[in-house]
Amino acid sequence: MENQEVKKPSFLARIGNFFKTIGRKISERAAKKAGSSNKTQMLEWKKDGWKAAICLAPALLILAVFTFYPIVNTFLVSFFPSYNYLDDNFGYFAFDSYAQVLQDSTFWRAMGNTALMVIVSVPLSIIIALVITVLLNSIKKLQGFFQIIFFLPYVTNGIAFGLVFATIFSPMDYGLVNTILNAFGIDSVSWTGTARNIPYWAGIFVITVNAIWNGLAFKILVFLSGIQGIDKQYYQAAQVDATPKLRVFTRITVPLLSPMILYITITSMMGAFKSYSSVVSLFGESMGNGQNETFITAVGYIYKYFNKVTDGLPWLLSRASAAAVILFLFILVITLFQMWANKKKVHY
Amino acid sequence: MEVKLVNLTKCFSKKEGDVVAVDHLNFSIPSGKLVGLLGPSGCGKSTTLYMIAGLHRPTEGEIYFGSNEVSKFPPEKRGIGLVFQNYALYPHLTVQQNIMFPLENMKVEKKEALRRAQEMADLVGIGDLMARTPGQLSGGQQQRVAIARALVKMPEVLLLDEPLSNLDARLRLQTREEIKRIQKETGITTIFVTHDQEEAMSISDEIVVMNFGVVQQIGKPQEVYNEPANMFVAKFLGTPPINIIPAKVENGKIMMYKTEFNEKYDLNFADGTNLNIGVRPEYIKVDPKGKYKVYVEMVEYIGRDKTLIFKFDGQEKTCKAIIPSEVEVEPGTEINIDFKRCFIFDEEGKRLV
Ligand SMILES: Nc1ncnc2c1ncn2[C@@H]1O[C@H](COP(=O)(O)OP(=O)(O)O)[C@@H](O)[C@H]1O
Ligand SMILES: [Mg+2]
Repeated sequence: MENQEVKKPSFLARIGNFFKTIGRKISERAAKKAGSSNKTQMLEWKKDGWKAAICLAPALLILAVFTFYPIVNTFLVSFFPSYNYLDDNFGYFAFDSYAQVLQDSTFWRAMGNTALMVIVSVPLSIIIALVITVLLNSIKKLQGFFQIIFFLPYVTNGIAFGLVFATIFSPMDYGLVNTILNAFGIDSVSWTGTARNIPYWAGIFVITVNAIWNGLAFKILVFLSGIQGIDKQYYQAAQVDATPKLRVFTRITVPLLSPMILYITITSMMGAFKSYSSVVSLFGESMGNGQNETFITAVGYIYKYFNKVTDGLPWLLSRASAAAVILFLFILVITLFQMWANKKKVHY
Repeated sequence: MEVKLVNLTKCFSKKEGDVVAVDHLNFSIPSGKLVGLLGPSGCGKSTTLYMIAGLHRPTEGEIYFGSNEVSKFPPEKRGIGLVFQNYALYPHLTVQQNIMFPLENMKVEKKEALRRAQEMADLVGIGDLMARTPGQLSGGQQQRVAIARALVKMPEVLLLDEPLSNLDARLRLQTREEIKRIQKETGITTIFVTHDQEEAMSISDEIVVMNFGVVQQIGKPQEVYNEPANMFVAKFLGTPPINIIPAKVENGKIMMYKTEFNEKYDLNFADGTNLNIGVRPEYIKVDPKGKYKVYVEMVEYIGRDKTLIFKFDGQEKTCKAIIPSEVEVEPGTEINIDFKRCFIFDEEGKRLV
């Protein structure tokens, strides 16, 4: 159709193009190199090699110190139960740390809570974001206004966000949710805080709502840019063929958004696996119900042993490392499975 | 089913002001016929089609399908099949799923739907490509899938928006024939939008020539070609295009530059009237006793015929003639020609003779 507006490339498409351009530049350069004679080529390679090394050095240095070294060290330390980081004395080699972690019921509670977040809050938040995106895209009046409303949390300060959340789910009678419950004659619920009487379902509910709310803006942003990149003619064709709205959503919108959905699924699963700070902000350092650690997460467990001091010394670093390695293996397996499953489903 | 458009009008409001894309269109398409909607790009063909489809709401006027006034109906209630200019096949579905899509909406039973999809795919000649996705098909194959998808629900009216514009020349010819054949076989009232006059002429039972949202002429292709209603239609149809020679009335004679126009016409013109003489290239014959002396610039051989490029005395632009290749003409010489037929248009392009 000649009269169609020129499609704006979506946000992701632009990122994609950026990498494509870089890739092309590099291969063009390589092709030019291949054309020049062998000797000069070697010289140039040498020269370029030095240049490249110098340019990459700062980044590599930072990565080495803060990423590669800790990763390798974590693996090592997890096999040395009496590792002492004060004098860097590894001690003896053993699987004790793994045994301790795997026999610890707190660890399994942490894994359970984490799994719950991955399994419940991730799909739920994606579905909610998709529905909001479709509705947002279908309204004609005030679309910009509503878009801004949904994007506001994304640019809002985390502390302000937390404060609002704390007010809504305050365990006190004046909390927003409790006020509403009281109005219906239902007793207040201890939703958050450091008290010992938080029901498990209430805590999980608050964590889930928090996770969904937290990630919603970014998800909508990605989905909206994706949806606006879909050719309007698919929808016109569907309309001419009398396709019900729900079928348009499930058979056209979702499949055509599948690359975005895959991206969002993977990133938010990673986020869910790593959740820790939100739980601390909701229930304090003890992560729920006093010392019971009801809502502890996998990362919370790692942190606990990372910081735990026994006999005046942080002896349990090895245990934290073992837990980290186990979590890593879990994430690895699930990601591989996801990649494999999505290869069959995602339409690019 | 007969399709009738009455005073159909569409205005788009833009920042720069309103655009009248379609201006009081009146014509009807007889049941079972294929009508070509022809006009240059931007003349409102797609807009007309989308109004018939229900994707655009008319600003004014009515659309009748048979005796029903449908212009208030949403697209899904109209029972039409629409083939988009770039097909709009669902890229994530296979050919089979694409063709079955409309049937699933109609809650046709799975087995029956499969059978009808296969039948339609066979009709358009893609029966063995059912498992592929649109990305794995050539342009022509995609186009046929789009037609199959539009036809599978047995629409009463089939609308095609420049369906051949994405194909290469050979495929275009071939698919053109096929559309004609499928239309004949199914007997569905069809509107075929195109900006290619040759395509419209060869495929249509009747053509509607549009310009600036206004109908210029309606008729059988040959009629429209032989008897154009105005200079726009005369110029739009035919390759190579018609020669338009500006002329002026002087002392009661029509002068084409320095040559007198010397044909029979029963009209009287006041001195100083500006006219346009239209002569199709094939209406020109070389004749030593011909009335007009012209200067031959070039001769091009195009297979069976040859093209003569010539000028009248005092003319700047050139004219073209198609003559049999046996006729000997030397470039750079002066020859005499005659018009077998010609049209006289007034200054605005209205046809006089
Ligand atoms: N959705 C629209 N909004 C505004 N103007 C439009 C729209 N669609 C078409 N037009 C204008 O209407 C005129 C006719 O367009 P169209 O029907 O697409 O022409 P074509 O004959 O090439 O199919 C053009 O001037 C075009 O710019
Ligand atoms: Mg068009």
